[in-house]
Amino acid sequence: MAAVLGASSAGTASAGSMKRDRKRALYWSYFFLVLFAIFFLTPPVYMMITSLKSSAEIGAVTNPWFVYHPTLENYTALIGSEQYLTFFKNSAIVSVVVVIITMIISIPAAFALARMKFWGSTALGMGVFLTYLIPETLLFIPLFKIFAFVQDTLGIEMMNHYWVLMVIYPTLTVPFCTWIMIGYFASIPKELDEAALIDGAGYLQMLTKIFIPVALPGIIAATIFAFTVSWADFLYPMAFTTSADQLVLPAGIVTILIRGDVYAWGQIMAACLLGALPPLLIYAFLMDYYIAGLTAGATKG
Amino acid sequence: MAQVTLRKLVKNYDETPAVRGIDLDIPDKEFVVLVGPSGCGKTTTLRMIAGLEDITAGDVVIGADVVNDVPPKDRNIAMVFQNYALYPHMTVHENMSFGLRLKKLPKEEIEKRVQKAAAILGLAELLDRKPKQLSGGQRQRVAMGRAIVRDPKVFLFDEPLSNLDAKLRVQMRTEIKKIHQQVRTTTVYVTHDQVEAMTLADRVVVMNGGRIEQVGDPNHLYHQPATKFVAGFIGSPAMNMIACGLEQAAGGLRLRMDGVTLPVPESRTERYKAYAGKPGLLCGLRPEHLFEQRPHLEPGQHPFEAVPVVVEPMGNETLVYFALNGHDVCANVDPGCGAKPGAPLKLVADLRHLHLIDDASGKVL
Repeated sequence: MAAVLGASSAGTASAGSMKRDRKRALYWSYFFLVLFAIFFLTPPVYMMITSLKSSAEIGAVTNPWFVYHPTLENYTALIGSEQYLTFFKNSAIVSVVVVIITMIISIPAAFALARMKFWGSTALGMGVFLTYLIPETLLFIPLFKIFAFVQDTLGIEMMNHYWVLMVIYPTLTVPFCTWIMIGYFASIPKELDEAALIDGAGYLQMLTKIFIPVALPGIIAATIFAFTVSWADFLYPMAFTTSADQLVLPAGIVTILIRGDVYAWGQIMAACLLGALPPLLIYAFLMDYYIAGLTAGATKG
Repeated sequence: MAQVTLRKLVKNYDETPAVRGIDLDIPDKEFVVLVGPSGCGKTTTLRMIAGLEDITAGDVVIGADVVNDVPPKDRNIAMVFQNYALYPHMTVHENMSFGLRLKKLPKEEIEKRVQKAAAILGLAELLDRKPKQLSGGQRQRVAMGRAIVRDPKVFLFDEPLSNLDAKLRVQMRTEIKKIHQQVRTTTVYVTHDQVEAMTLADRVVVMNGGRIEQVGDPNHLYHQPATKFVAGFIGSPAMNMIACGLEQAAGGLRLRMDGVTLPVPESRTERYKAYAGKPGLLCGLRPEHLFEQRPHLEPGQHPFEAVPVVVEPMGNETLVYFALNGHDVCANVDPGCGAKPGAPLKLVADLRHLHLIDDASGKVL
C-alpha cells in the first residue's frame, strides 16, 4: 500500500518524464505494429494485385506491384466453375460438421476434466494436451494403415471421400478445444456450481444453464479455432482425397489450377482470396468475443 | 421450518482433521452463529450441513431425518456464499427464480415469491439488472433473495458480509437481523467477526481447532466465558490477561501483579480459595472494567495507579495502554479524565467482573 502511494506520488512529481516515457513507448509500439502489418499484409495484398491481372499481364515484364489493365475475369471464371463451387461446398460441409462434432465432444469433456475430480482426471487432462502436440505429418502415414485395416475388416472404403475429413479433423481440434475450455471452466468460481447444486441443478443443467453461458467467450474462441483448422488444413485432404468431386478448397485449388507445370496464377490467387473470406467473416463477427477468450486463456493456465 | 442437530460430526481432509467431533442442537427458528478464527472448522461444518462436503463421521439431522447421504438440493436448505455466487449471465429476477424454475413451479407462484422477496429486500427496482450492474450491497441482497424465495427449512450463511466495506457491513448486519425477525427460519451463520456474531445471534457457538469451545447466548459468553480462548475472542478490545499470583491474606484473597495488589471480592472467595498460591494464573479483566478514578466506588472496585504508554482517543471513550507485570494492559477511560502518556493516572479495577484463568488448562476458574 505504502509502495503504491509512493509510486503514484512520485508519478505526479515527475509527470513530465512520465509523459515522455509514454510517448516513446507509443512510438515504438507503432513502429513495430506497422512493421508487423507490412509483414503480414504483403502476401494478401500481392495476391489481390495478381488476382486482378490477366494471364498475359502476369507473364509480361512489368512492375509486378501495379495493375495496368485490371480485370475480374479470374473471379468470374471461378464463380462460373462447377468444380470450384463444389470445393467450396465440400469445405463448408466439412468445417461446419467438424465444429459441431468438436463442440459436442470437447464441452462435456472439458467440464468433466475441470470440475468432476475423479481418479486420473489431471493426468487425462494433460494427456489431452499432449495429443495436440503430435503433428499431423507424423499421423497421416499411420492413418493410411488404419484406413486399409478398416477396409479389410469392415469393408468401408475410407480413401477418397470428403466425409473422412469429418472423422479425422476432430483428432486435431478436439484436444486443443478441450484444453482451452478446461482453462475456461476452471476459472468459473466453485461457488457458482455449489449455488446451482443447492438450487437443484444436476450436472447436465449445471453445464447447459451455467457453464456454457458463462464460458461463452471461451466456447466461441474454440469454435473459431476448430473452424479455421478444418477450413485451412492442407495435408490430410491432399493425402486422402483425389477425385475432383471429393476435394475441399485447399487441395482443390492446387489440383485443378496447377496442370503439370502450368500455373494459372491469376485464378490461384483469386481462389485463395475467396477461400479466405469465410474465416475472415467469422473472425470479424466474433472478434470481440475472440479477444476476450484469448486474454482469459492467457491469465489462466 | 426445522431444527438441525449435529451429532459427533467429524471431517478429515485426507489425514488432516478439520472438524473433530461437534455436537450441537439448533432448535427451530433459532439464529445460530458459528464463530472462530480462520481454520477453526466453522465453514467446513456449515458445508457439511449444506451437503457440499462429505461427512467423515457423525450425523447431520435436519428436521427428523439424517441427511448424511441426501444431496444438497433435497435437503431443503438455502445458502448465501461469501462471494455471492450470483449467476453472472442472468438478471436479478432470473437469479432469484433459478431454483424455482428448476423445480418446475407454476409461473404465477414463482412470480409471487420473487416479488415478495424483492419487496422484503428492496430489490423491486433492480429485477432486470445483471449482477455486474449492481453494487456489493445489492449483490448481497440478491444472494439473500435467492435464498428467501426457496422458502427453505434452513438458511446457511457463509461469511456473507466479509466482502463489504465497514459501513455497509453494519447496515447489512441489521438488515439480516430484520429479515430473520420477519422470515423466522432456522439459520446457521458463519463468521470470523465476533461483533457480527454477538449482534446477530440468538446463540453463539465459539469454535477453535475443529472443536466447540463454548455455546451460549451473546451476553452469557461475554460475562461468563468458559475458556481462555472464548474470554480472549469475545469482546473488543480484547480482554486483558495479566499473569498474577493469588495469595491468602488477613482480609481475604488478594491478586498480586508486580506492584499492584488487588483484593478479590468476598463473593468469589469460596470459588477461588483452592487456587491460592498456585502458579500459572491469569487475571482476566476487560478494558471496560478498568476505568478512571471516580468519586464514589462500589464495593469490589479498587483504585490503583498506572503510567499510560499510549493514549488512543476514540471520541466517546479513550483507550489507555499501560504496562503491568510485563503485559500491555488496556483500560477504557472517560475522554475528560485527562490521560496523557507518561503522566501517572489513577485507575479503578472493577473486580466484580474478574475472570481468573488457569493458563495451563485454558479454563476459566
